[in-house]
Amino acid sequence: MDWQAFWLTIRLAVVVAAILTVVGLPIAYWLTYSRWRGKFLVEAVVALPIVLPPTVLGFYVLVALGSRSPLGRWWQAMTGHTLAFTFAGLVIGSIVYSLPFAVQPFAAAFAAVDARLLTASATLGASRLRTFLRVVLPLSVPGLVTGIVLSFAHTMGEFGVVLMVGGNIPGVTRTVSIDIYDRTQALDFMAANQTALVLLGISFVAMCLVYGVNRKVWVWWN
Amino acid sequence: MVELETAVGTETRRHREDLEMLDIRVAKRFSNAERDFLLRAECVCEPGITILFGASGAGKTTLLDCVAGLATPDAGRIAVGERIFFDGERGVNCAVQRRGVGYVFQDLALFPHLSAAENIGYGLGGQERKKRTDAILESFGITHLRARKPREISGGERQRVALARALVIDPCVLLLDEPLAALDAPTKSKMIDDLRAWNQAHGIPIIYVTHSREEVFALGERVLVLEEGKIVAQGTPHEVMTAPRQESVARLAGFENVLDALVVAVLEYRGTMRCRIAGSKVELETPLVRVGPGPVSSAFLRVGIGAGDILLATIQPQGLSARNVLPGRVLSLEQRDMIVVARVDCGVEMTVHLTLAARDVLEVQPGKEVWLVVKTHSCHVMAGDAPDEKG
Repeated sequence: MDWQAFWLTIRLAVVVAAILTVVGLPIAYWLTYSRWRGKFLVEAVVALPIVLPPTVLGFYVLVALGSRSPLGRWWQAMTGHTLAFTFAGLVIGSIVYSLPFAVQPFAAAFAAVDARLLTASATLGASRLRTFLRVVLPLSVPGLVTGIVLSFAHTMGEFGVVLMVGGNIPGVTRTVSIDIYDRTQALDFMAANQTALVLLGISFVAMCLVYGVNRKVWVWWN
Repeated sequence: MVELETAVGTETRRHREDLEMLDIRVAKRFSNAERDFLLRAECVCEPGITILFGASGAGKTTLLDCVAGLATPDAGRIAVGERIFFDGERGVNCAVQRRGVGYVFQDLALFPHLSAAENIGYGLGGQERKKRTDAILESFGITHLRARKPREISGGERQRVALARALVIDPCVLLLDEPLAALDAPTKSKMIDDLRAWNQAHGIPIIYVTHSREEVFALGERVLVLEEGKIVAQGTPHEVMTAPRQESVARLAGFENVLDALVVAVLEYRGTMRCRIAGSKVELETPLVRVGPGPVSSAFLRVGIGAGDILLATIQPQGLSARNVLPGRVLSLEQRDMIVVARVDCGVEMTVHLTLAARDVLEVQPGKEVWLVVKTHSCHVMAGDAPDEKG
């Protein structure tokens, strides 16, 4: 088992899940409460990574990060090196790739909060932000856990985007799924199996967590 | 308002300048595939409880939502004293959060993840929170519930928490949307006592929405009747509730006797009035009804009396509680199935239903002298048209 690849993947998944929580909450809030007619366009864009082949997504992220794009040039001017084939580039690609896995559970949880509670909060003088923090967020905890766990687990197992954007640099961009691929190519089934089993275990635990917190009979605030 | 000053102890209420009226004048239109609804209401609510009575779909909740700022009227003006919540002409529309309106919702909308004390303290900030929460928990007798979540307490207790939550923010208006509908009678009256006690000290306008006639009589100092988005009557419960008004044609058809009448005397102290039936000298005592804001006397009304609600006697009855005893003569009898329909001329023609047995025992026949007995509350008073306006 390639522990360097393993810890790199954990680090990537934690960073991505953390950033997606911060970025995903306002997006989900907007998607839930906006009455803008063009909202479906944004919803479609957010959901796009679910259906897009990872290689396609990875390709465009790579182009966007490259030295010929404004973002790539800006990053190069700031840091002196390109984003492609770096850990930071990997993080950006993974954020785009896992965005719907965070935003959609968040938005579903917000939408499930009884609108009367928001109304009651407003009549009691609470601002929208206060209502969000004191009512919407606490009542959305299962959805928050779901979104965070899913984006973590999804990032753990990604392959196509990582390969396109990050390449296969040990200690920098070489993740476990690429490790499994390499071992299999090298006919080292034993090692591939070890790593694959670890990923399987992690994914199973993640799914148990998701379905556990969303159990109907279990209300977290009791 | 000078009378009010002398009538109300200044100790128990705020100073007179602080007695703020809730002044509502709104128009709001809803249109969807199912119905096209127009709310057009104008009223002034004094400090104290005003009942807003009406069937479901009459626009009661919409009216409350306009006051609270949850719905925006198309036009009009809503103000409490000097504070303008909404003014269509001047483009004023105060945000919900800054109106300071207490609102107890039909489904209460308690925060399920917060304890009773946290629910009540939700609208308060800083150091005030604990002190005022404790005080109102105490005065409502629910201190023992403070740490419990809404789902762990009874329906009546939840109502008290919701009421406390709305009152603790010291609102300038209190809106109650059928808050007691689900409660048993003793719990209900305890709640109402609490509310009255609280308002003794605060003196704010309270609008209490209900569709229960029982609650109207139990609570009301003043009643507004909302029908199809319009306020069709206002007054004391007795004035507005004892008879239907502005009946639709369909409902008028339910009364066999529909008579045009003119109010000749208002017996305010008895809650009744005397009406003369148009084109005759017959006078009927009916429940007192306010029709519109104008003076009730000399108003044109229509009185509906069910043929089955009239008693017929062959000798002049005495010692009856019924106020209307009209002498007359039977014009005709007609048997319809098991009912005998008698037409009686007593200055106006009235239709009376008799059983077959009554006809036979009393030997009722055309030409016979009879007396008709009509209870005051069998006279259903509706708004009428002046005779010259009729088409």
